[in-house]
Amino acid sequence: MDEKKIRALELWAYKIRRTALQTIQTAGSGHIGGSFSIAEILSVLYFDKMKVDPENPDKEDRDRLVLSKGHCSPALYSTLAFRGFFPEEHLKTFRKIDSDLSGHVEIHVPGVDMSAGSLGQGLSVALGMSLYGKSRNYGNHVFCILGDGEIQEGQVWEAAMAAGFYKADNLVAFVDNNKLQLDGTLEEVMSPYPIGEKFKAFGWNVVEIPGNDVEAIAKAIDLAYESKEKPTMIVADTIKGKGVSVFENQVRFHGGTPTEEEWAIAYSELDTRIAELEV
Amino acid sequence: MGENISTRVAYGQALAEFGNREDIHVFDADLMNCTMTKYFAEKYPERFYNLGIAEANMVDVAAGFAACGATALVHTFAIFASGRVYDQVRNNVAYPELNVKIVGSHSGLSVGEDGATHQSIEDISLMRTIPGMTVIVPCDSYEVRLATRAILDSQGPCYLRTGRGPVECVCDQFEDYKFEIGKGIQLVDGCDVTIIACGLMVQEALKAEKQLAKQGIHARVIDMHTIKPIDRDMIVKAARETGAIVTAEEHSVIGGLGSAVSEVIARTECVPVEFVGVEDTFGHSGAPDQLMEKYGLTPDHIVECAKRAIARKTNVND
Repeated sequence: MDEKKIRALELWAYKIRRTALQTIQTAGSGHIGGSFSIAEILSVLYFDKMKVDPENPDKEDRDRLVLSKGHCSPALYSTLAFRGFFPEEHLKTFRKIDSDLSGHVEIHVPGVDMSAGSLGQGLSVALGMSLYGKSRNYGNHVFCILGDGEIQEGQVWEAAMAAGFYKADNLVAFVDNNKLQLDGTLEEVMSPYPIGEKFKAFGWNVVEIPGNDVEAIAKAIDLAYESKEKPTMIVADTIKGKGVSVFENQVRFHGGTPTEEEWAIAYSELDTRIAELEV
Repeated sequence: MGENISTRVAYGQALAEFGNREDIHVFDADLMNCTMTKYFAEKYPERFYNLGIAEANMVDVAAGFAACGATALVHTFAIFASGRVYDQVRNNVAYPELNVKIVGSHSGLSVGEDGATHQSIEDISLMRTIPGMTVIVPCDSYEVRLATRAILDSQGPCYLRTGRGPVECVCDQFEDYKFEIGKGIQLVDGCDVTIIACGLMVQEALKAEKQLAKQGIHARVIDMHTIKPIDRDMIVKAARETGAIVTAEEHSVIGGLGSAVSEVIARTECVPVEFVGVEDTFGHSGAPDQLMEKYGLTPDHIVECAKRAIARKTNVND
């Protein structure tokens, strides 16, 4: 991947962060930490890899994404707005009474392929989509983003077993391994480690990458595209709250609201980074 | 003519009969020989998926198919199809309004010797409370065949309840019988009391009607195969014209057919309602007929409840 493209994708990631933050601030609540940790993954998916068409959002043989960690809706909604599925202005209605932009992702929003919110279910849904795509010979790919805390849910492992068994090689999943969950660190609450080995044991092709690195993400997806008879799990080593010094690695920004000072620091740091990338 | 076979077997045959459509995909969780999806699997193996003993994953895989435009049908025992996967059905089938049909077999007490852990007496209640969910409880092989065709032709989430043991086929004996989702069927007219039944209690209600007739009591019998959306008009008409109602179901008296009927009655025509069903208790191992006797799911008990309802009607009028 050339430097120009890398910078462009990094720029989208930071714009996703800034707009997600504005969206959360306008709403008065929302999940900052996990939205920020997946910004690069969403940037690479929607601005490089995924075959989607905002003019024809329901195209049958499109690539699809299941954001299983559905609480990170601010990041996905911002991405979809940038990609042209709906106007950016619409993000101001996030979590509001008459809006379709609910707190967790909603299938009825243009560009959103599946609702999510109750954790542990998205990998199963993505598997269903991938098997349907194979049965129809669409030649498409189905992506899924799981939280690292989320994989404590037992159903994830039912899906892992079934995806390996059914050789769902058009299924590409990410674990957003930001190492924090609502009650603390994963190590404190319930360790799911080692993650990669577990998926390997279920017949997956596993790629472990630095998860806030757009080039690494793109390369991992390319590897997934070459996978034969195996679904691919990309274990993405990410930073929760990535990109803002006061948010990074802070448990309270799973769903907590920043102070006035923290809002100011966040916008200042994001604006600076965006300005650097825009040069 | 319908056969005296179980509703699960008749369902499995109907699914294979009407399954010749590319959008239909069938899922099972290691029970294809019990839910009888094996007939479909033999005929259309390319559209059948056995997902092993992992019901939660099965429901969401089906949701994934449906989100892409498929008609997806999931199968397991009713106890698992409702309780074990409640969250999957609520959040990933009903809330996104996906075209997933949940078919629960071996429902109620009549699963028999397997005992209380396998006897779903709350499934109608659990499924009925989910917004947008259609709930259908056919009574015999004739009705389940028509119900199967109807759900395949309808859009949106639906719960279909079938049973383990053979049951007498009765619906084909009624000349003007017509199956339509959401429309009850008046099998017998009467003016003294109305028995509203679903599932295998329809047969028991018909027996009770004959007993009551011998005693000079004219009971109306309604086969309420669709619990949701419930046929309000038919219930209101029965309340107005007969003044007393008995509901009969192979299910808890809490949250099922009796509750659905009472919700209509309470808001419209206040008449006495008596409930035949499982009284807030778990089932037990035993032969199906012994269980029906033990828990009062019998024609005799329906007759008793009908008389009680009529007596209450008289008292109200005094």
